[in-house]
Amino acid sequence: MTLTRPQTGRDRLNSLRPSLSAADIDDLARGGPALRGFLRGLPGVDQVGLEGRAAALATRSIKATAKSFAIDLAISMLDLTTLEGADTPGKVRSLCARARCPDPDRPDGPRPAAVCVYPDLAAVARAALAGSGIAVASVATGFPSGRTSVDVKVQEVAEAIDAGADEVDMVIDRGAFLAGDYDTVFGEIAAVRQACARGIEAGGARSVHLKVILETGELATYDHVRQASWLAMLAGADFIKTSTGKVSPAATLPVTLVMLEAVRDFRASTGRQVGVKAAGGIRTSKDAIRYLVTVNETAGPDWLTPRWFRFGASSLLDDLLRQRMRTDSGHYVGADYVTMD
Amino acid sequence: MTELDVAQEFAYAPAPESRALVRIRDEYGLFIGGEFVEGTGEPFATVDPATEERLATVATASAADVDRAVQAARAAHNRVWGPMPGAERAKYLFRLARILQERARELAVLESIDNGKPIRESRDVDVPLAAAHFFYHAGWADKLGYAGLGADPKPLGVAGQVIPWNFPLLMLSWKIAPALACGNTVVLKPAETTPLTALLFAEICQQADLPAGVVNIVTGAGDTGRSLISHPDVDKVAFTGSTEVGRSIAQTVAGTSKKVTLELGGKAANIVFADSPVDQAVEGIVNGIFFNQGHVCCAGSRLLVEESVHDEVIERLQQRMGTLRVGDPLDKNTDIGAINSAEQLAKIRRLSAVGEAEGAQRWSPACQLPERGYFFAPTLFTGVSQAHRIAREEIFGPVLSVLTFRTPDEAVAKANNTPYGLSAGVWTEKGSRILWMAARLKAGVVWANTFNRFDPASPFGGYKESGYGREGGRHGLAGYLRPSPGGASPAGAGVRA
Repeated sequence: MTLTRPQTGRDRLNSLRPSLSAADIDDLARGGPALRGFLRGLPGVDQVGLEGRAAALATRSIKATAKSFAIDLAISMLDLTTLEGADTPGKVRSLCARARCPDPDRPDGPRPAAVCVYPDLAAVARAALAGSGIAVASVATGFPSGRTSVDVKVQEVAEAIDAGADEVDMVIDRGAFLAGDYDTVFGEIAAVRQACARGIEAGGARSVHLKVILETGELATYDHVRQASWLAMLAGADFIKTSTGKVSPAATLPVTLVMLEAVRDFRASTGRQVGVKAAGGIRTSKDAIRYLVTVNETAGPDWLTPRWFRFGASSLLDDLLRQRMRTDSGHYVGADYVTMD
Repeated sequence: MTELDVAQEFAYAPAPESRALVRIRDEYGLFIGGEFVEGTGEPFATVDPATEERLATVATASAADVDRAVQAARAAHNRVWGPMPGAERAKYLFRLARILQERARELAVLESIDNGKPIRESRDVDVPLAAAHFFYHAGWADKLGYAGLGADPKPLGVAGQVIPWNFPLLMLSWKIAPALACGNTVVLKPAETTPLTALLFAEICQQADLPAGVVNIVTGAGDTGRSLISHPDVDKVAFTGSTEVGRSIAQTVAGTSKKVTLELGGKAANIVFADSPVDQAVEGIVNGIFFNQGHVCCAGSRLLVEESVHDEVIERLQQRMGTLRVGDPLDKNTDIGAINSAEQLAKIRRLSAVGEAEGAQRWSPACQLPERGYFFAPTLFTGVSQAHRIAREEIFGPVLSVLTFRTPDEAVAKANNTPYGLSAGVWTEKGSRILWMAARLKAGVVWANTFNRFDPASPFGGYKESGYGREGGRHGLAGYLRPSPGGASPAGAGVRA
């Protein structure tokens, strides 16, 4: 029997007509009742149905060549992360060394997309990754709580970019969002967006990507996650990111599914593609593959690249490498067979 | 930028569940009086609908065989099962439930091979729900005095049960579990295209040391079923299947003392309002009509969508349908498996052709069907009106008819404008509207913001030509018990024909 290949969703996605013009988006950017009305007019999310769909996607069985492909893809989508108070230049340098060569037995194998650090260590990462093609991502804007003034946030972003960050992971003001003050959240994202643009001018041709962390664990409802996703995209986010990793729950499959629906619908409405980063709590290859299946069957294959989907994780790489060795060798190696950092 | 920056297709490699988990015998007999015996009718073949290959030869029960089975059931009822305390019957039901769980993979694989349904569904829905029905009813067996049927309700005696091919093991459990819990013994006839899991269940009855004759399985086609339901010593007839056959059963048993429950066809409306949680509504539409290839009596085969969001909902639905994987039922990633029989496939094709001829617009995602086996692509008809046959007749396949409405009143009127009345779905974020709709929809089950959800504690059954009586829950017990003096029958419970 020949297996049927499913039609990809891409053709369908492209056929959706843009329904938000540039002028519409400018209107929303002025904030106030227009923005509030738009966000509150987004379709609701039914919790039971959403979680049921995520659970169904998690039952996909990814084997053999598909598994090897998925693991390599997941490695290439990693933002290898260290965000500890105890981080030192030495720790960051060894993380960067691992990013350059995650598996010494497979020197041509995939490498993480970025190394993600605090802003004061961005320069260390920049130097350690020089010439590797691996990006430096820096958290900023009073990470993880974001409880500081917009001026301080913008200043911190500027410093991170000066220190060599290619990507900035900002946090939104969850307090303002939950208080219904969408204008403040929007304004901060737009200001950071501008700071990223200034960084580009200062640093030449370098493009600085803005990832906006929603901290979904503090937004609590899926309706909020959908609204915050649109808010961030309208304000200019290149990526929307689930979590800081400092709040539980961090990334979950249902939350990521809502965000993938949001980027899919946003592109359909505006023509602009936005990426998604699932961060925190993803530790196993099995988990990572479930996310990739969800990307594939929700946003579509256009998002299946490090350009449009990322994992924020510190320990995930270990299991990805061990599972990858298993697909090659047939057995699952002990933890000491992969380098620790 | 690396080469991985270019999106690549994530092709899922085949992930077949192992056929080696089941041992299909070449020939099967009847299960009567606790033993497998030969049938005296002309044996028939059951085929794998995904490959069209013969799986086994199965005995046909003649009228004489059916009579033997009813006698065995009567003897078991009089001597063992009827007098047995409920707490003791419960132990057997719990044991059956546990064995169903222990042998879940084997049952799921066998179900998918014989029926054509995807292993994902037989593994995650059919078999777990079948076990759940036995667990649930095991709990009732010693508490029947609290079922609202008087302090000491009595079993009816021998139940003759005829089940369809769409959920072979699950329908078996819907029939056998409540009957046994209430102290009845049963003679069950599985559908002729899907007898294998019922015959495996017969082995499970042996494994559980169920007293001989409590469960009897007779295989065969329509004649066997007719012999069973018209047998004078059968006290109760329970049937799930087509309205046409249900009607003839009702005629057959009219004027006798037999109690009857009928669970028949449907043409359910799945109603999507503009304020629905649209992504979940699309999932619910897909689940409503493409679950089990649409071989579901309560399938949401008529999509009623508020006109103002019609285009958006259809666009999203088409996009979602493009991700459905049609193919090998045993592949763990298959969403839509094989149509159960060549006959059913022909019916689906015929009615779909009628839909086109009547002027509805037909759409299916690009999908390559396997060369062998009975397959049908998921199909959407838009521009359908109430007058079209595809909006009125039960297609029993993966074919969805889309109609529009403007107001809640119009939605109710269109939803109820069918001779059937088994189920309905309502999608809206407005709680008050859900309650308003549910009070007006003439359907036995109304799902709100979900579809095709089943639970043994929830009564299931229809209005109008979708049948009478309820299965599951406290109400379902009434179909297998004679109330004791002072006991009232719960609303909608078994009807005397």
